Amino acid sequence: MTLAAPRSDAPILRIEGLEMRFGGVAALQGINYEVPGGIIQALIGPNGAGKTTLFNCISGVLEPSDGIISLEGRRIEGLAPHKIAEYGVSRTFQHVALFKMMTVLENVMLARHPRTRCGFLAAGFRLPGMRSEEARIREKALEYLDLVGLTELAGLDAGTLPLGKQKILEIGRALATEPRLILLDEPAGGLNMRETEELGDLIQQIKNLGVTVLLVEHDMNLIMDISDRIMVLNYGEVLASGTPAEIKENSAVIEAYLGVEDGISVSRKRPEGEPGY
Amino acid sequence: MGRKNWLILLGTAVFICIFPLLVTKIRAISHYVDVMIFAGIFTLVSIGLSLLMGYAGQISLAQAAFFGIGAYTSGILTTRFGLNPWAAMPAGMVLCGFVAWIVGVPALRLKGHYLAMATLGFGVIVNIFLAEQVNLTGGPSGLTDIPAMRIAGFKISSEIAWYYLVWGIVFCALIFCLQLLHSRVGRALRAIHEEEKAAESMGVPTARYKVQVFVVGAMLAAIGGSLYAHYVTCINPSSFNLMWSIRFMLMVMVGGMHSLWGALAGTVLMTFVGNEWLQMFAEFEILVYGSILLAVALFLPGGIVSIVPMIAARRRKRSSTIEDAVS
Amino acid sequence: MGTDFLQYTVSGLTIGAIYAMVAIGYNAIYSVTEIINFAQGEFVMLGGLFAVFFAGTLHLPLYAAFVCAVILTGCVGFAMDRFIIERARDKSVLSLIVITLALSIMLKGSAMLWWGKDPYSLPAFSPGGPIRIAGAAIQLQALWILGICALIIIGLTLFFRKSIYGQAMLACANNANAARLAGIPVGHMVLLSFVLSAIIGAAAGVLITPVSMMDYDRGALLGLKGFGAAALGGLGQFFGALAAGLLLGLAESFCAGYLSSGYKDAVALFLLLLVLFLKPEGLFGSREAARLKKY
Repeated sequence: MTLAAPRSDAPILRIEGLEMRFGGVAALQGINYEVPGGIIQALIGPNGAGKTTLFNCISGVLEPSDGIISLEGRRIEGLAPHKIAEYGVSRTFQHVALFKMMTVLENVMLARHPRTRCGFLAAGFRLPGMRSEEARIREKALEYLDLVGLTELAGLDAGTLPLGKQKILEIGRALATEPRLILLDEPAGGLNMRETEELGDLIQQIKNLGVTVLLVEHDMNLIMDISDRIMVLNYGEVLASGTPAEIKENSAVIEAYLGVEDGISVSRKRPEGEPGY
Repeated sequence: MGRKNWLILLGTAVFICIFPLLVTKIRAISHYVDVMIFAGIFTLVSIGLSLLMGYAGQISLAQAAFFGIGAYTSGILTTRFGLNPWAAMPAGMVLCGFVAWIVGVPALRLKGHYLAMATLGFGVIVNIFLAEQVNLTGGPSGLTDIPAMRIAGFKISSEIAWYYLVWGIVFCALIFCLQLLHSRVGRALRAIHEEEKAAESMGVPTARYKVQVFVVGAMLAAIGGSLYAHYVTCINPSSFNLMWSIRFMLMVMVGGMHSLWGALAGTVLMTFVGNEWLQMFAEFEILVYGSILLAVALFLPGGIVSIVPMIAARRRKRSSTIEDAVS
Repeated sequence: MGTDFLQYTVSGLTIGAIYAMVAIGYNAIYSVTEIINFAQGEFVMLGGLFAVFFAGTLHLPLYAAFVCAVILTGCVGFAMDRFIIERARDKSVLSLIVITLALSIMLKGSAMLWWGKDPYSLPAFSPGGPIRIAGAAIQLQALWILGICALIIIGLTLFFRKSIYGQAMLACANNANAARLAGIPVGHMVLLSFVLSAIIGAAAGVLITPVSMMDYDRGALLGLKGFGAAALGGLGQFFGALAAGLLLGLAESFCAGYLSSGYKDAVALFLLLLVLFLKPEGLFGSREAARLKKY
């Protein structure tokens, strides 16, 4: 299953002069960056650095105060979130925004929305095209559930899943929109070591499918392990960017964020076997 | 749309069909047919509201206004312009849909209290219009002598004929709404209700869908209004005021706003309360409605239909703790 | 022509002062709790009808009836928060809307039981016919309304600036969690806001009854228009409510005078819709602050 076209050399996401101001506070200022297609791009920085704000600008939740965001050459800043989703950007949320009272399968089926068409009239009057479209939606949704390994849980209510599975489901759901770019907002938050490893594998899998990954995370081990490039934000500005090796040695980054000792913060993961909450 | 719903639909249909046959046998309650006709008409209004409140999660205090626009459109077109009632009804639907769209696009950008006030304000404006435009609407005394409807030349005048006509239309509307809910659109509506931002990021055009549900609800209310106008044959603005919008909300909440069956059950129950059991205590009507609404909002927000799952869940919890204790 | 204009201006300012008072009532509760009290209009109705009871049935002098009516309505506001709203604090926005709506119809229903459907009147606060200023006839009651409204504004301003309770309420309005951590009993402040809101509403009710009578049903429309003023001024903006209320009153009065008196109620409502649709944060509210509140 290929989700997106194979990697090309053109950047998939280009950010120029991005600014986001709330009243007097500038959450983001003068962000210029290009994300090459088909890589895992990490976004790190202290709390309050503007990472989630940047995600919100890209996915359309926020309208930037200034600047341009282009997805494969098409300008998307200030567009409605659902339009941006149609153009191929998908995301997860820090607080796991699953539809808790819908089943696991229904959550993923919902994500097929931008790739399907039947509206109020077709649905209400059960016009001929609708039934076959529903079947296709269900089929595709099961495919994505299979991809992330949650097929046995398809009939359960999403809210009853343990946190680790919920995070995986949210990613599976985001994949089902067939995005070209997926934004993962702290997917490892609250996961134990084994779950984090599985998450890392899944993210690599996503990259192999041709989807570009933009990843906000605090777990440095995970970041260093799987990222191709890292962007460091601090006080709403790009502090540094480069490969993991480069960032590890960057003194400004070490000073601002990674801690004083040897450059990589000590992992605070719970030992394997402990359940997530 | 799911086996459970088809079963309930069938069961309800059977009950509705035989209801008059049972009830007309007993003198004292043979007028229940008349009450059920009103219940059916009001159900058309309340299922639209249930879609909006229980599924899309938006509040509206304007349903009585759309009910009124439908009723008056039918009334005016048939009395002043001699139009066939079956042509006037779609005209009312289209007008209501159009007005709902115009009001809905700006209004549904608002949330919560602001949306409630906006729909409230709109509803009162419509009511004032109906009372003031005397040349068009007959003013406070309204319209009279609204002609009867005919099917294939036969005049629908008996209670029984009205009963089956109204409930036939109600079932068509129910099937439409049930099919809507068990579809891509229905999933999107439920998603909007639970996590609107996430739904939006999955490509659901939340603003557009909220307006569309609002329009569907208005058009259903318009159908109800047309039927109402032809059934009671004279209408005036006092049947389409704020108190009525609150009554419709009460019907939906009492039954259970997260379920179409809840809206149906609540509407039938509250129609009997209003048209039957409170008749002797007319001064208490408003107070009773307010108390029921408060009680439901405080203690049973899921309405009557949520009682069964609640009891089942409690029983399950109790039995599981016993098992844990034993093992 | 000129006297008409003056006449309409005065009556507009008069009714505008009433709307301003209702709007301030909304703001008092909203700023502390983010709840819109749909029963606000009923406080006005109760104020008027209670005064009719005290003055008419119990034959108390008018000023005593005013005070008693206001206090009694304040008790209603107290009971409303203490016994119902407090219980519902953690419920969803939809539930809270329905609850205050339900309370408003319960109050209306109770009023209908007690006073019936007839409208009642109160004698004007001071006897005597209208006084003539520049050719326009101005009712003495209008001066009372404007005067007492001004007193209330001054009183509230002093209360919020000088009194410890007032400042505590402002703190809650700003950031309830921070206020709680600072030791302010937020629950009590909410209670106070309800009582304050009921008292101001009731005062408005007593003031307007001699001019246009009061019946059990008047609360809804007054409440709606008062909300229009609150929204127009920007929810939570104290002086915004005053300005917006007067503006609304003037708009209504000029429409009734120059255009059509049948539609005058629709004017305020139309302006309400306009504000909500075009500039929900109102004339004096800020866009960002409005975005943060969960309307």
